[in-house]
Amino acid sequence: MTNGWVDIKNTDMMLIMGGNPAENHPCGFKWAIEAKRIRNAKMIVVDPRFTRTASVADHFCQLRAGTDIAFLGGLIRYALENDRIAKDYLLNYTNAAFIVRDGFKLPEDEGVFSGFDATKSSYDRSSWNYAGALPPPGPSPAAKPGQPPASPALPPMPERIEHDLTLQNPNCVYQLLKKHYSRYTPEMVERVTGVPKEQFLKAADLFTSIRKDGDIRKAATIIYAVGWTQHASGTQTIRTAAMLQLLMGNIGRAGGGVNALRGHSNIQGATDMAGIFDNLPGYLKVPVPADGDFAGWLKRITPKTAKPAQWDSFNYWSNTPKFAVSFLKAMYGDAATKQNDWAFDYLPKVDRNYSWVQLWDNMYNGVVKGMLAFGMNGVAIGPDTKKNINALKKADWLVVGEIYPDETSEFWRSPGITPDEMKQIQTTVYRLPCAGFAEKDGSFTNSARWLQWKSAALPMPGDCRLDQAIVAQIFLKIRDLYKKDGGKFPDPILKLTWNYTDPSNPSLAEVLKEINGKTFVDAEDPATKVQLKAGQQVPGFAWLKDDGSTSCGNWIYSGSYTEAGNLTMRRDAGDPSGLGIHQNWAWSWPANRRVLYNRASCDLNGKPWDSSRRQVWWNDAQQKWVGNDVPDFKADSKPADHMGPFIMNPEGVGRIFAPLGALADGPFPTHYEPTESPVENLLHPKQTHNPIAKVFKSPDDSYGSVKDGYTVVCTTYRLTEHYHYWTKNNPMNVQLVPEPFIEIAAEMADEMGIRGGETLRVTSARGHYIAKAMVTKRIKAMMIDGKKIYQIGIPIHWGYRGIAEDEGKTAKTPANSLSPSVIDPNAYTPEFKGFLVEVEKA
Amino acid sequence: MSQATLRVQKISGHAGSVPGEDTQREYTVCKLIDTTTCIGCKACEVACMEWNDLPFGETVFGNSYQTMPETRWNYWNLILFNEHVREEDGSLMWLMRKNQCMHCAEPGCLAACPADGAIIQYTNGIVDFQQANCIGCGYCITGCPFDIPKMNPKNNRVFKCTLCTDRVSEGLEPACIKSCPTGCLHFGSKEDMLDLAGKRAKQLRDHSNFPHAGVYDPPGVGGTGVIYVLHDASKPEIYGGLPRDPHVPWTVKLWKGPLKWLGNVAMVGGLIGLFVHYLRFGPKAREDEDINPGGAKS
Repeated sequence: MTNGWVDIKNTDMMLIMGGNPAENHPCGFKWAIEAKRIRNAKMIVVDPRFTRTASVADHFCQLRAGTDIAFLGGLIRYALENDRIAKDYLLNYTNAAFIVRDGFKLPEDEGVFSGFDATKSSYDRSSWNYAGALPPPGPSPAAKPGQPPASPALPPMPERIEHDLTLQNPNCVYQLLKKHYSRYTPEMVERVTGVPKEQFLKAADLFTSIRKDGDIRKAATIIYAVGWTQHASGTQTIRTAAMLQLLMGNIGRAGGGVNALRGHSNIQGATDMAGIFDNLPGYLKVPVPADGDFAGWLKRITPKTAKPAQWDSFNYWSNTPKFAVSFLKAMYGDAATKQNDWAFDYLPKVDRNYSWVQLWDNMYNGVVKGMLAFGMNGVAIGPDTKKNINALKKADWLVVGEIYPDETSEFWRSPGITPDEMKQIQTTVYRLPCAGFAEKDGSFTNSARWLQWKSAALPMPGDCRLDQAIVAQIFLKIRDLYKKDGGKFPDPILKLTWNYTDPSNPSLAEVLKEINGKTFVDAEDPATKVQLKAGQQVPGFAWLKDDGSTSCGNWIYSGSYTEAGNLTMRRDAGDPSGLGIHQNWAWSWPANRRVLYNRASCDLNGKPWDSSRRQVWWNDAQQKWVGNDVPDFKADSKPADHMGPFIMNPEGVGRIFAPLGALADGPFPTHYEPTESPVENLLHPKQTHNPIAKVFKSPDDSYGSVKDGYTVVCTTYRLTEHYHYWTKNNPMNVQLVPEPFIEIAAEMADEMGIRGGETLRVTSARGHYIAKAMVTKRIKAMMIDGKKIYQIGIPIHWGYRGIAEDEGKTAKTPANSLSPSVIDPNAYTPEFKGFLVEVEKA
Repeated sequence: MSQATLRVQKISGHAGSVPGEDTQREYTVCKLIDTTTCIGCKACEVACMEWNDLPFGETVFGNSYQTMPETRWNYWNLILFNEHVREEDGSLMWLMRKNQCMHCAEPGCLAACPADGAIIQYTNGIVDFQQANCIGCGYCITGCPFDIPKMNPKNNRVFKCTLCTDRVSEGLEPACIKSCPTGCLHFGSKEDMLDLAGKRAKQLRDHSNFPHAGVYDPPGVGGTGVIYVLHDASKPEIYGGLPRDPHVPWTVKLWKGPLKWLGNVAMVGGLIGLFVHYLRFGPKAREDEDINPGGAKS
């Protein structure tokens, strides 16, 4: 989230789309209810079905799964047409006035942006750049022996960006935005999404009403979850929402922002700590072979400031070298020296895509030989369960760390595998008993970026071990083997710092200290005169250096465990401003700021747009920014210097146009149909689908279309009463919702002669799913470009193991037997929602 | 609230006076359920189970998100789901109403119960079943206009929500109230809850296109210890069959009222009549016909 959970209570208007918080975040949702009760805030819900959240909303629109960009594009057009935008904010805090260089082309009828190479299915994004003088292109980096030739690097942004504050230049971002979304008329929105025009207009009028007549005081929030991310268009959908919020001046505002509701209670922590192949902790970019060396890596990943001449930009990522060196010092300690470029060679160079679906595809093709799966049920998660099972059959070994037997560790006897087949499976499966959530301590990072420490409530039963103990013990054994037997390149293992009091079971408090970072030398802050002694914890990332005198495992978490102690343990509920900031409850990154980009909550003079919600402001007497929240800004930057509030962008402003390599498939989001779609793309029929979304092709990857008989749109989701594939083992949850079901429209049931409780068989090109029909009024038939289309919904929480499954009460088909191996080209998230199926009585 | 609030006001089937009978109610507790902010998450269902150590049971798919069709002897709190189409504009509402004992001021269950002390009402309004005194007749089930009490077929005892008397007597809110994540449930004095409910209903009428929003506190049972804010108070039945005008069934009122009196009169009068007859006419005299009807002496 840019904002936070409690902050939602400050809002005047909520757009909840691609998410069902009443269902899946009932506790956090209290703040949305609070906003309704206390401020008369309005709530708009847009979803493929009428959800629990919709039941308390003021307005609901039913939308076809996968068409969110069309809807949001329609909202952008409406806001522009009706002048319901934040003019000053737009001009000064975003790149709306920046001019895009000649050569850039919008998709229009072609459906692809300039620079698309159809033969390679890839983009040359150099035309997606601002106007301004560019340095002459340098020599292409030479290919290193044994490695593929490096692709030509993207040009940089011009150091001095041309702009037009009148917004009249036809190539300025604002005009291009208008032109691009002029196609997203209410009629088009209806044809593509199925939302009737009047309902769409009512939603648009309501949402943008906060900016009616130039009112800037109110704030609107956009709340979403995996209903947006689990599509090939996921990243761009979120981008559209961010653009809308920038247009309307809602970012940085209390009660505003773009707010992702994370799923697992520590998934934000996993994301921050880079449990993902293309990041290092703190969102540093991983090195790739083409970088060549440490200097090359830093050059690529450290952005240069680019802005209009008269403006200022903090460009905070320009401090990347400090974060990178401190990270390497944390990893390799004394083995990382200036002479060896801080042990840069020890870091793996990421040569290709190693994301989730790619991993399983690699295992399927025999490249990945083994897997350690901790609390991760890959078979049930999918997509394409059958493919994942077949992948595991080919692996040499599988280790599953879990608290109960799950589908993944039981893949070898999944339904359909005969005793003969079982004998053929050579995979050795280990199942390790792990601790449950109540038996572990450590910090959890929530959607609001709050790191909250928790203590173990219960002792672990039996032979269970903590996750960190298991990982540590495996590591120590591997290190011993490298010591004893040597190997191709032992140093990254042998030189890895592992200075925990108990190396075989590291205390997470010690790990958090390591993550926070420390200084190796005496140091002093020139501004505040605060002094540190060698070996002390740094108070925050502003203390990190690129000269090897500091270490820090994750710069955005720096400040969480200082000499004052473990700040994530704080539990002071005080909130003097009443804005839900709770400065002394736990610790939020970065630097305990609760609302990001909060300088944008003030006008050009540093005065809050809304005096009733004062977050930060410029204090002229003290000549610095102060406030109820920690200012997310350079504290002493005078308003007159016109420094941009979006300090993490090199331009310093919010990006309505996302230049160059920011996004893989376009600087503006455009609507593409899901991979399996019932219609062609009405915005640009020449390019129905995303031209660069990866569609996996293996014998176990098939795709279906309407002419193959797959005429129903299917989406998958979660229930309040269950949590993924865990609670099917828990009697309490099983009592609340005992059996899997399929939600189908009452109309569809009537047409097919189906009654509630009858068993249905849902089939996609990849597999089938069998469960009882829940006939409901909450999903209606949709008219998509004049064609009647039905949608069905499937909660995912069952598989082939669990209380009901073991009693033979279910058909033992996992829901993700249906989903396709197609991934978002930016985040690589699979398209779990919005694919085609056939429905029949079982 | 101190222990003192658990003074007893009424006792079922009780001969003689009740200590708190004519006590002025200083403080009656009330649970406010705002159906307009309920998200049907069932935290309250689970909290009730866990606080009262009720065992998990079996349920089956019922074409609804509702956990089971109705409350059970061991499941006292149930969210009822209803997909309702609004007449005004054809829009859909998914109504969720937390269903449990309403703790009526004039409880039909207590009126119907013949067993001394099986059902008591405290001065704070809580109506509580005392299973030790229950004779398993099931009359309370007939007496309840909300169809709440449920019998355990194994031991013939009837059970229902206790409004967490054990928690309330220690100054705590009921378990369901504590567990509600959205703050849709409130607990306090009847006066305060009515005030809160009224304000919420007005807010809905003024701001949320629910012109008939109101508070459900049915007078037919003297008002209830559990009140609802409804989007549409003119149609309580759409909320999982909430009765429009609940009252103690006239059969129970008649039977426990005039009929009981009549019955007593008839019984006592009959005994008196018997005695008077004996005094007046003495014992029945023997006659030849009785000894030997049409036949020889025996």
